Amino acid sequence: MDLFEYQARDLFEAKGVPVLGGAVASTPEEARSAAERLGGKVVVKAQVKIGGRGKAGGVKLAESADDAFEKSKAILGMDIKGHTVHKVMIAQAAPIESEYYLAILLDRAARSFLVMASVAGGMDIEEVAHKTPEKLARVHVDANDGLDKARAIEIIRKGAFPEDVIEKVADVLALLWKTFQESDATLVEVNPLVKTKDGRIIALDGKVTLDDNAAFRHPDHESLIDHAATNPLEALAKERDLNYVKLEGEVGVIGNGAGLVMSTLDVVAYAGEKYGVKPANFLDIGGGASAQVMADGLSIILGDPAVRSVFVNVFGGITACDAVANGIIQALAMLGDKATKPLVVRLDGNNVLEGRRILNEAKHPLVEQLDTMDGAAARAAELAAKR
Amino acid sequence: MTIFIDENTKVLVQGMTGSEGTKHTKRMIASGTKIVGGVTPGKGGQVVEIEGKQLPVFNTVSEAVAATGANASVVFVPPKFAKAAVIDAIDAKLPLVVVITEGIPVHDTAAFFAYSEKKGTTRIIGPNCPGLISPGKSNIGITPADITGPGKIGLVSKSGTLTYQMMYELRDIGFTTAVGIGGDPIIGTTHIDCLRAFQDDPKTEAIAMIGEIGGDAEERAAAFIKEYVTKPVVGYVAGFTAPEGKTMGHAGAIVSGSSGTAEAKKVALEAAGVKVGKTPSETARLLREILSAK
Repeated sequence: MDLFEYQARDLFEAKGVPVLGGAVASTPEEARSAAERLGGKVVVKAQVKIGGRGKAGGVKLAESADDAFEKSKAILGMDIKGHTVHKVMIAQAAPIESEYYLAILLDRAARSFLVMASVAGGMDIEEVAHKTPEKLARVHVDANDGLDKARAIEIIRKGAFPEDVIEKVADVLALLWKTFQESDATLVEVNPLVKTKDGRIIALDGKVTLDDNAAFRHPDHESLIDHAATNPLEALAKERDLNYVKLEGEVGVIGNGAGLVMSTLDVVAYAGEKYGVKPANFLDIGGGASAQVMADGLSIILGDPAVRSVFVNVFGGITACDAVANGIIQALAMLGDKATKPLVVRLDGNNVLEGRRILNEAKHPLVEQLDTMDGAAARAAELAAKR
Repeated sequence: MTIFIDENTKVLVQGMTGSEGTKHTKRMIASGTKIVGGVTPGKGGQVVEIEGKQLPVFNTVSEAVAATGANASVVFVPPKFAKAAVIDAIDAKLPLVVVITEGIPVHDTAAFFAYSEKKGTTRIIGPNCPGLISPGKSNIGITPADITGPGKIGLVSKSGTLTYQMMYELRDIGFTTAVGIGGDPIIGTTHIDCLRAFQDDPKTEAIAMIGEIGGDAEERAAAFIKEYVTKPVVGYVAGFTAPEGKTMGHAGAIVSGSSGTAEAKKVALEAAGVKVGKTPSETARLLREILSAK
């Protein structure tokens, strides 16, 4: 889960990372009262989970609380690269002397954690890495050894920071490590980390990504979920423990196993080119496709008005195809009149003959079987086009 | 021959007394795997009967190894306890640990992987993987054993069901070993590790490699193939049509910005001489063509 900037700021504050005062607002009125509390002169920042908001006009300096009202009014509701601004952060303004960069992230290639530190903050770090690599320290940190002050100083020195801030920046880096580890983050990035004219070191903007797999040890992370941005079908699927992603097309897709479902989306997209249709969703029902899981999955897909046909693609591994076939029949019975769209089913693997026999004998008017993944995808695409 | 496992591999099941552990222990025994016991902290001393076998349960992997001579383990414990289980296996210097568990926090995986690297005596496969199978010899994990038999293809895949699909497509030829390496952001055994092992295995004549969106493991595998692999390799990458910023089931399967796209992976693989199929069936056909031309 990616956090909004204001959530990252709150997290940093809770972990002792120096930040400026800030508050989140969903209306211009809230923005005005937040600005009043923060001393009048503030920065109004659009809260979107995408870069480039500054260039898009999503960050504005406000000279007074009334000005914060006006600026928020302009920014709220703005569209930034397809993301609608529902909230703004009202942040204290600070006189900046220098801008630095710090980040801790999961490095998949190295299968370890990577700390990046640079004296050249405030801009795109990939550009720094490209143009002035000597100003960017990249140091791996062992998950078990962690990052102590001495190591932090070593890294900051490597990032070409001036001598007078090394100590203070290293303190911040150590606190960011604590944040990274204690929150089960996969990314903690501060850009810029600033030195103010009065010599303070402050995390001015932060990006944090939290590991969803670690949710079981962070019950408090639940409150960080942005329900406004979650698609209602995705929210329903999540409630039922299904792995569902809404897409833009017309062919509903259900399968077992993430890789197979991704592959199914591709095959449907290729087959759909001819008919001008695309996959409508990703839905992985996992290893155990019981009737209930199948019914839950089907009802979510059939609840999507964009869906015109459904492709059920199952390779029976642990789950036997006869169980899947029974699941489909029972699911359709459970759904009754709500099931109105044609289903193309392709079963293979464990106990496939029995599975196919069950579906054939059930003779459900909406269900059609094909033997291959490619053939079934083509048929599902054709059915979606016809309707 | 096979890679990583063979008919003599003696396997412990960590979490054998749990429902998943028991179910799959049964299946593994039925497919010929030498299961020698289980490990469940606090349940040491019990004996469990599975598939007509009396299997002793131990509190720690070290005790289990001392009593049974096990040289591999398979982990079915829930995510919360997975890190402790894997560290227990590493401390026992077990050469192979296959982690089936899905949903392990990546900080935990990073910790046990770093620990295994430091100790240098344990290969980890997974987490969040189906395990590996050398048909007719040993099957460690949850791969259905009856899809196909032994043969001359080596298979390495990030995805479980796509592994099964590919084994099914090529069931008339068969496999030396099929390894599901898992779809998490950090995994213990990579495409490259498997490619190297298949290249070095005299019985493997051709290699099928299945990747998916996210990260750059396939690109690095392509560079490795160019440098090291002389056997024919075919590839398949799932997720050509996946949109940016949406995680597709596996924690690691996400396209972020310009990196991690299926197209980039395909281009890299083709540049290394790998024939890449658009679909699993086309990939199987490419491999079939290569083998029949040999």
